[in-house]
Parts: sequence; C-alpha cells; structure tokens
Amino acid sequence: MSAVLQSLVNQPYKHGFVTDIESDIAPKGLNEDIIRLISAKKNEPEWLLSFRLQAYQKWLTMTEPEWQNVHYPKIDFQAISYYSAPKPKKKLASMDEVDPELLRTFEKLGVPMHERAALAGVAVDVIFDSVSVATTYKQKLAEVGIIFCSISEAVHTHPELVQKYLGTVVPVGDNYFAALNSAVFTDGSFCFIPKGVKCPMDLSTYFRINTEGSGQFERTLIIAEEGASVSYLEGCTAPRFDTNQLHAAVVELIALDNADIKYSTVQNWYAGDEKGIGGIYNFVTKRGLAKGANSRISWTQVETGSAITWKYPSCILRGDNSVGEFYSVAVTNNYQQADTGTKMIHIGKNTRSTIVSKGITAGHSNSSYRGLVRIAPTAENARNYSQCDSMLIGDQCGAHTFPYIQVHNNSATVEHEASTSKIGEDQLFYFSQRGIGAEEAVSMIINGFCKDVFQQLPMEFAVEATKLLSFKLEGSVG
Amino acid sequence: MIIENSPTILSVQGLRASINGTEILKGIDLTVRSGEIHAIMGLNGSGKSTFAKVLAGHSAYEVTGGIIQFEGKNLLELPPEERARAGLFLAFQYPIEIPGVANTQFLRLAYNTVQAQRGKEELDPLEFDDFVREKMKLLEMKPDFLDRSVNEGFSGGEKKRNEILQMALLEPKLSILDETDSGLDIDALKIVASGVNRLTNKDNATILVTHYQRLLDYIVPDFVHIMQAGRIVMTGGKELALELETRGYDWISANKQQAMAGVRA
Ligand SMILES: Nc1ncnc2c1ncn2[C@@H]1O[C@H](COP(=O)(O)OP(=O)(O)OP(=O)(O)O)[C@@H](O)[C@H]1O
Ligand SMILES: [Mg+2]
Repeated sequence: MSAVLQSLVNQPYKHGFVTDIESDIAPKGLNEDIIRLISAKKNEPEWLLSFRLQAYQKWLTMTEPEWQNVHYPKIDFQAISYYSAPKPKKKLASMDEVDPELLRTFEKLGVPMHERAALAGVAVDVIFDSVSVATTYKQKLAEVGIIFCSISEAVHTHPELVQKYLGTVVPVGDNYFAALNSAVFTDGSFCFIPKGVKCPMDLSTYFRINTEGSGQFERTLIIAEEGASVSYLEGCTAPRFDTNQLHAAVVELIALDNADIKYSTVQNWYAGDEKGIGGIYNFVTKRGLAKGANSRISWTQVETGSAITWKYPSCILRGDNSVGEFYSVAVTNNYQQADTGTKMIHIGKNTRSTIVSKGITAGHSNSSYRGLVRIAPTAENARNYSQCDSMLIGDQCGAHTFPYIQVHNNSATVEHEASTSKIGEDQLFYFSQRGIGAEEAVSMIINGFCKDVFQQLPMEFAVEATKLLSFKLEGSVG
Repeated sequence: MIIENSPTILSVQGLRASINGTEILKGIDLTVRSGEIHAIMGLNGSGKSTFAKVLAGHSAYEVTGGIIQFEGKNLLELPPEERARAGLFLAFQYPIEIPGVANTQFLRLAYNTVQAQRGKEELDPLEFDDFVREKMKLLEMKPDFLDRSVNEGFSGGEKKRNEILQMALLEPKLSILDETDSGLDIDALKIVASGVNRLTNKDNATILVTHYQRLLDYIVPDFVHIMQAGRIVMTGGKELALELETRGYDWISANKQQAMAGVRA
C-alpha cells in the first residue's frame, strides 16, 4: 500500500475521552442474585424478573456462537459488571439540570444535543451508560399519543404494552447474546406509535458507553400500530479504552397493518487502536416483525466503529404485501472485524425485500456480508433484490460475501448482485492531477460508493454519516 | 508559436526515473517556453507516458537524477496536486474510471480548487453547470456526460474528449496531451484539435505525445522530439514528423548524432 493510502487510513479515533461521572457499579459476575439485584434496583414487577430469570436459564444451556467470520479471545462473562448507572439524583425537569459534564461530553462528540433538538426538531432520549438521564419533547409527542421513553420507565408507566410485546420478535432464547441481554438488560428505548399516528419528528437516541469494563445491554422496543409511522435514529460513540467491551443489544420492531418503521443507525464506537488493542465488541440482535398487511420495516445502518461488529438487522415479513429493507454501509479499518448483513424472511404473499450492502475495508481489517433470504412456502409472489458491493482500500484487508438463499415457493423472484472494487493509486493520482488532494478524493469516492445508502438516511444524519466516514478514512496526508 | 525571449515554462535537465528498480527515463533534456507547442514521438515503450507521469508527479516512479523546473519552481519538491494547481495538466493516455463520482461534481471540485489557488471566484453548482455546458459545446459533448460517473462506461473517444474538457476548464499553463488523438474518429480529431488550438496562446504551452503525423496536421508543433529508450534522441521542426513517417524509426537510430544538434541550437 502506498504511503498516501497508509496515512489516510491511519487516522486516530477522535472521540476518545472518558467523562467523569460517578457511577454506581454492580460487583462483577453473573448469577441469579445479580439478576435479582438489577431487577430490584430498577424496582421491576415480578413478570419482568421471571422474564429475566427464564432468559438466564436458557443462556446457561447455550454456547457462544463460533460460526461467524470474526476472531476474538473468549469473553469471561464473570469478569463483566452487569449494572452501572450514574448515581441517582433528583428527577430532572429540563435539560438545564443535566450534568454539565455530560453535556460537555456530547459537545465533544460534535452533537450539541439541545441545539440539535431545538434546531432539527429531534427528540433526544439520552442514554448515558444504561440509564436515561434526560428526555425531551416528551410532551409534544404525548399530545399525539406517542410514548417515547426509556424502557424502564415504560415498564412502570405502560406495563401492559411492554409485557405484551417484549420478547415477541426476539424470544429470550433466540441466540446466545439475545438470551444474555434478556437476562441482564438495564435500559434502552421504548417507543409506541398508536393507530393512525404519523410521528411528527424523527425520534433519536444517542447511546454512549462510559464505564470501563461494564457491559452494555440495551433493550429497545418499538411498536407502530395500524397505519402508524415512525423514523427512529440511533447514534453512538464511545471513549477510548484498552480493554474490550461487550455490547449485546436487542432491538425489536413491530409493525401492524399499514404501519411503517424506519430505523437508522450511525455507529461509531471505539474500534481499538491502530494495532487492534481495545475496542467494543458489538454483538447485536435487531429484528423487525412486519406483522400486519402492507406494513414496512426499513433498516439503514452506517457501521464505522467497534473492534468487532456482529449484527444482522432482519425483517420477518409476515403480513401480506409487507416490505422489508436493509441499507448498510460497514466501514472497517486497522484490525476491525465485521460480520454483518441481514435476514429477510418472507412468509406473507406478495412480500418484497431489498438489500443494499456496501462494505468498505481498509488497513488489516476484515469484513463479511452475510445475508439470508428465505422464501417460505406460503410466500406467493415474493420478491427480493440484493446488491452487495465491497470496496477495498489497500491490499491487506479482506472482504467476503456469504449469501444464503432458500426458496420454497416457485413463484418467487430472487436477484443477487455483487461487486468488488478498489480505490487504486491510479484513481488517486487522477484526482491529484486535477488538483484534488487524496483526502478529498477518498471521501468523494466513498461517498459516491455509499450514495444509495446515504440517500435513505434522514438529512442531518446523512451529513453526520459522511463526516464519520471521513473520520474513519481520512487523515493528514504526507 | 516560437516567441523570441519568451519565458521558460518547463526546464528538464538530465531527468532519470525508474519504477520498481527498472530505469525507464535515462537522462531527458527538454526546454519548453511560453507560446510553444512540442510534439514527442517514439516507439511503444520508449518512455513517453512515463515522462508525462513523472512530470505530473506519479508516486510509483522514483526520480533518480536530474532537475525539473516549472516556472522557476523546483517541481520535484511539489506533490502532484500542487503541480496541478500550479498549472501543469496531463491529459491521460488511459483516463481512469471513477465509479460513483458524478462527472459534474468532479469537474466542479477540480475547477474550484484551481480557481481558489489563483485567487479567483469559485462557482456554486448552478453557476458551474452553465459554465461547463458552454465549454462542452466547444467540444460538441452531450450534457448527459455531466451526470454520469467520471469516465465510467465512456467510449475511448469520449474519455479523451472529457480530458480536453478538463483542460478547457482548468486553463493550464502547461498541457501534456498523452496520445489524446488515439481512439478518436476523424471528426472527433478535428473537434478536439480545434478545441486545443483555441486554448493555446502566447502565455501557455503544450506538449503533444503522439504516434501520428495526422494530429500534427491540425495542431502544428513548433518542435518535434523523438524519444528512444528513455532519451530524447532527436529534435527538429514540424517537418521531422513527416520525415519520420516516410523513413521510420530505423532512420532515426542511424542519424541520431547529426540530429542531436536540433533546431534551437
Ligand atoms: N511497473 C513497471 N515495471 C516495469 N516496467 C514498467 C512498469 N511500468 C512501465 N514500465 C515500462 O516502462 C516502459 C515505458 O513505458 P511508457 O508507458 O512510458 O511507454 P510509452 O512510450 O508511453 O509507450 P506507448 O507508445 O505504448 O504508450 C515500457 O517498456 C514499460 O513496459
Ligand atoms: Mg504511452
């Protein structure tokens, strides 16, 4: 690889800092007592405790998956602390009461959230470590009957809804990490859009992992009733650490008849240093159930961070004429590893799915696209279109594609396209011969490559995504 | 045109360059003054494109000796983008495709970069659109080339025209056209040649790399240089190209010594 390319991809992480807020941390290790402690700390109802315990029992019988194309030292689940929360303070009435240290953190991230919230009309449900510390715009949303709060709050204010839907898309024993999450999740977002309501603004949550050594087990549940629609944004970044951190979130989406859920993620967690030390393990289960007729679930993700990413935002297309979409950009650099993709499970008639995956691989990193398209016998006239493109920067990285196609109904149409390209020295030379420096050239090529995905993002998120890719792949040239 | 005492734009002395340890350029001397058009001819593999790329600063080549001065500046000290901004332009023999990047976006960024360098006004996308369409008319290019990805799926001739479009936009001090005529049909050749002729003036200079006398009927050179095995072995006026066409390169080899005198001396 040329010196120019080398220095371009070796850009240090810009969001590496630790905010000093007193944390309340559970002793390390996992057992029934810890689960009872979490549940008690959060003052949970009995049914939720048994949900957790049932998940824990399942988890004990399971083994960590090894089929994915990533490599990492065995995780010692007893060395993780499963609960960490900022010390309880009196309830916050407004953003002014939020710990200024926390606000500074967000500023450092380039996300002045109050400004953001005000200017962009975005309601920001701030998750700091595992507990929500501030929720804005709740009032406005409440006026149209939308519930947008932390899931622990929803457990108390709307227990019937949480109990009705929690674990219905991702069952407690779905997979190793989902079982773990179900046993120990501490917080996350809850969002309920009632019948016929179009959510008037994008809902947004900024996640942030802060306490060294504490696992993060977010739990998100979004329900759109008949004819409802919502666009939800998840963005996150993390401070620099030397020990690997496990993040095993679960996100469940449920769309009833004619409902529409769009879930967008820009992920920029600490990826480890240029030698591959440290960084977040991001093992996430995200799944949407297009339960009703004509419903739509759309995932858009821009994955730039984490030492290891392992996630397959999926759609179960159960309702007739339902639509599933997956738009993804995954960037890996240095020693990052990513095994990501989607599953489109067609069950209903005339169901349609679209998969657009763009992998950008630089440094010594490794990236795999893994996608399953399953057409069930009941899925008359189902259609899928998949497009998987890889872009290699330099010659020490690897990109792999693993498409799995299972068609059990002859009326189905399944199309798969794949391509691999490279940012070559000659391309960069062409740009520079026209006066355009390597940084700008790379950014232009990458943005062109990701265009189909970025188009799916809400405007200000697309801008942020573009910037993130620049953080990732650009550096001072020389 | 040869102008008495016009300032030197490019001065190359004893230039040596290699790639992967193989020496390709073995001591090139060339002086180009403002207002002049130089043609470089030579057998395949003699080093013409290498010379062009070394002038433009391609990082794959290692310069092992000699000096290059561009308007008095030491060109070898500048990275390729700064050479471009200083007014050195290379129309590539094989223009590269850049999928996903719209031609108009690319052209505008290049244009604005050079404008900024010259302390001149940059254009927003709308203004640029008008501006570039005018330039395209001169080259009889269809506007749909603006929305397509840079060179992607362009025919050989279309790529060459896109190169000259960039020359027209950037108004370089020194243009090096590496076989811009290859792959052009006879109509396109005339269009491109008249485009180039319109762009040349007393304040800039052009180096044409070509295999064919035909191009030189349209763009008449002041000097013709013959390159052989990494050296300029013969220099003459425009009649040298005709001579070459009738007598072939063997004749050059036999008459190197005599021709080395050149017209300038
Ligand atoms: N990477 C490389 N390693 C070794 N030799 C190389 C390399 N790149 C180019 N060369 C050689 O350098 C020599 C000069 O090539 P160059 O492209 O400059 O020739 P040219 O005069 O432009 O030829 P043409 O008329 O065919 O365009 C050729 O013999 C070519 O094979
Ligand atoms: Mg050549």
